[in-house]
Amino acid sequence: MINQSMIKISNLHKRFGKVHALRGVNLNIGEGELFAYLGPNGSGKTTTIRILTSLTNPTEGEAFLNGYSVLKQRLDAKMQCGVVAQHINLDNELTVEENLSIHGMLFGMGKKDRAKAIDEFLEYVDLADRKKTLIKQLSGGLKRRVMIARALMHRPKIVFLDEPTVGLDPSIRRKIWSFIKKAQNDGATILLTTHYIEEAEFLADRVAFLDTGSIVVIDSPQNLMDRMGAWALDTMNNGDISTEYFKSREQAEASAKGRQYTGFTVRRVNLEDAFIAQTGKKTIGEAAPAKSPHGGAHSSGHGHGGHGSHQKGGH
Amino acid sequence: MNGSFAVYYREMVILKRKIFKQIASMAVSPLLYLAAFGFAMGRDFDMDGMTYMQFLVPGLVAMASMTQAFSIASEINISRFYWHIFEEFQSAPLANVQYVIGEVAAAITRALLAVSVIMVLALCFGVTLSINLYFVGAIVINAALFGSVAVICAMLVKSHADQSLVTSFIITPMAFLGGTFFPLDRMPGAVQAILKLLPLTHAAKAIRTSAHGGVPPLFSYALLLVLFGVFFSIAIICVNKARN
Ligand SMILES: Nc1ncnc2c1ncn2[C@@H]1O[C@H](COP(=O)(O)OP(=O)(O)OP(=O)(O)O)[C@@H](O)[C@H]1O
Ligand SMILES: [Mg+2]
Repeated sequence: MINQSMIKISNLHKRFGKVHALRGVNLNIGEGELFAYLGPNGSGKTTTIRILTSLTNPTEGEAFLNGYSVLKQRLDAKMQCGVVAQHINLDNELTVEENLSIHGMLFGMGKKDRAKAIDEFLEYVDLADRKKTLIKQLSGGLKRRVMIARALMHRPKIVFLDEPTVGLDPSIRRKIWSFIKKAQNDGATILLTTHYIEEAEFLADRVAFLDTGSIVVIDSPQNLMDRMGAWALDTMNNGDISTEYFKSREQAEASAKGRQYTGFTVRRVNLEDAFIAQTGKKTIGEAAPAKSPHGGAHSSGHGHGGHGSHQKGGH
Repeated sequence: MNGSFAVYYREMVILKRKIFKQIASMAVSPLLYLAAFGFAMGRDFDMDGMTYMQFLVPGLVAMASMTQAFSIASEINISRFYWHIFEEFQSAPLANVQYVIGEVAAAITRALLAVSVIMVLALCFGVTLSINLYFVGAIVINAALFGSVAVICAMLVKSHADQSLVTSFIITPMAFLGGTFFPLDRMPGAVQAILKLLPLTHAAKAIRTSAHGGVPPLFSYALLLVLFGVFFSIAIICVNKARN
């Protein structure tokens, strides 16, 4: 998978006064890879992306985008990327088309190129009919889609997506996932941060778990889940939930039998289990609104993982 | 250059979107000054051999070229703090100098628009000014200077409220004292010496002299150009520093 390092981060540190937000991050992301950066609130995901996109300087360390130094070859490095920020950063008083057009100019696209790319990418995010609409008249989900079109329209080699689906309803999230996959298929290297563990599980070739400014582990979602054993048993006791892992469902169910509990669930292991095991954190943080009682968002609608059998037991 | 144009284009789209409001607001205070001072003090006063009205209009032109150029600071602020648009410029392959050029060009455009509004109003009050290279040159340099100051301000302030402090404590006093409403030689000597250091004093002098067909002292232009160079350079540094 890794042909050439498109994103290379070495020993990146960032301090905000007393807050040591990044503590020596090292990362290599190969061409065409879709890489997910997972971590709880305040772990430094946005800070990493802000450094990579020149919005802030690192306190220490260096980063390269397609071989260009973010610090010493800033303009070349910036030429490689498209960014979807965590918050909306569109010009509210301007139309969709004007927003995209200014972006195209900033990336040196000629008039014809811009017009063509605007049509093409608005089509891509299903917003062709909103070209002349003012940004302030769009809903949050539509604004996100404009931001995605904007980030892709100059055909960057590298795309940063900082929680691109936060706060969106599930159908729009799916749609955005498909845009992201398509961008990867078109050859882009993608760094995605997310709180939605199933988003990483579904999309990512590899994930990194970030915890208080350090990367705890980097691997493919499948490998991370395989390390855990295939099945998880959550047992509940007076509100306390504990989870154990097993090779097979039978083993998990057998273990559940002879025990004291108020309820239990046997399910497939998901990426959050791996996250919790690696970081010792209870949860990835501000996760999906529909949280399951054991604190893990259920993975759904994709190849691996999926729901296990849910049984209620009691003694 | 494409990058500077993108910055400029954005400011122009915003200006165009509310052009009638803009023109109305550019007209209000000159109109008040013309009515209040011009009519009231009117024809009887003799200022350096011209009527007060003839003295006042170029002063208003100088003042407007400063305040309107400086007003881009609040546009930048709104886009920076409310819409986070500045991030879009920071993460684009746009050199700091290109950003400053785009904003300063927008400042000059605004200034020229405001000056045109004043000239039309002045016409209604029976004052015509001579439009020549010295006149336009002084306006453009003055606007470029205060456009640069506006960028510096917008990069340094931490909020929109700080911004209005700068306006109240620096821009407004200068607008009144920089030889706009009265000739400096009516002030006490020590005060005069201080006021002669203000860029607006020189802009007002150059604009007034040229507006009445004279050749202004080139020293004023040289000084304005040097100050513009200084502030423009500081603006570039401030844009770079705004990265943190
Ligand atoms: N401009 C800033 N000034 C001071 N501290 C900051 C600043 N930006 C970030 N921090 C701090 O740096 C740490 C990392 O923040 P960052 O925004 O990178 O986290 P994150 O992983 O993106 O979190 P979230 O999931 O909430 O988006 C936090 O402790 C945060 O408070
Ligand atoms: Mg973040």
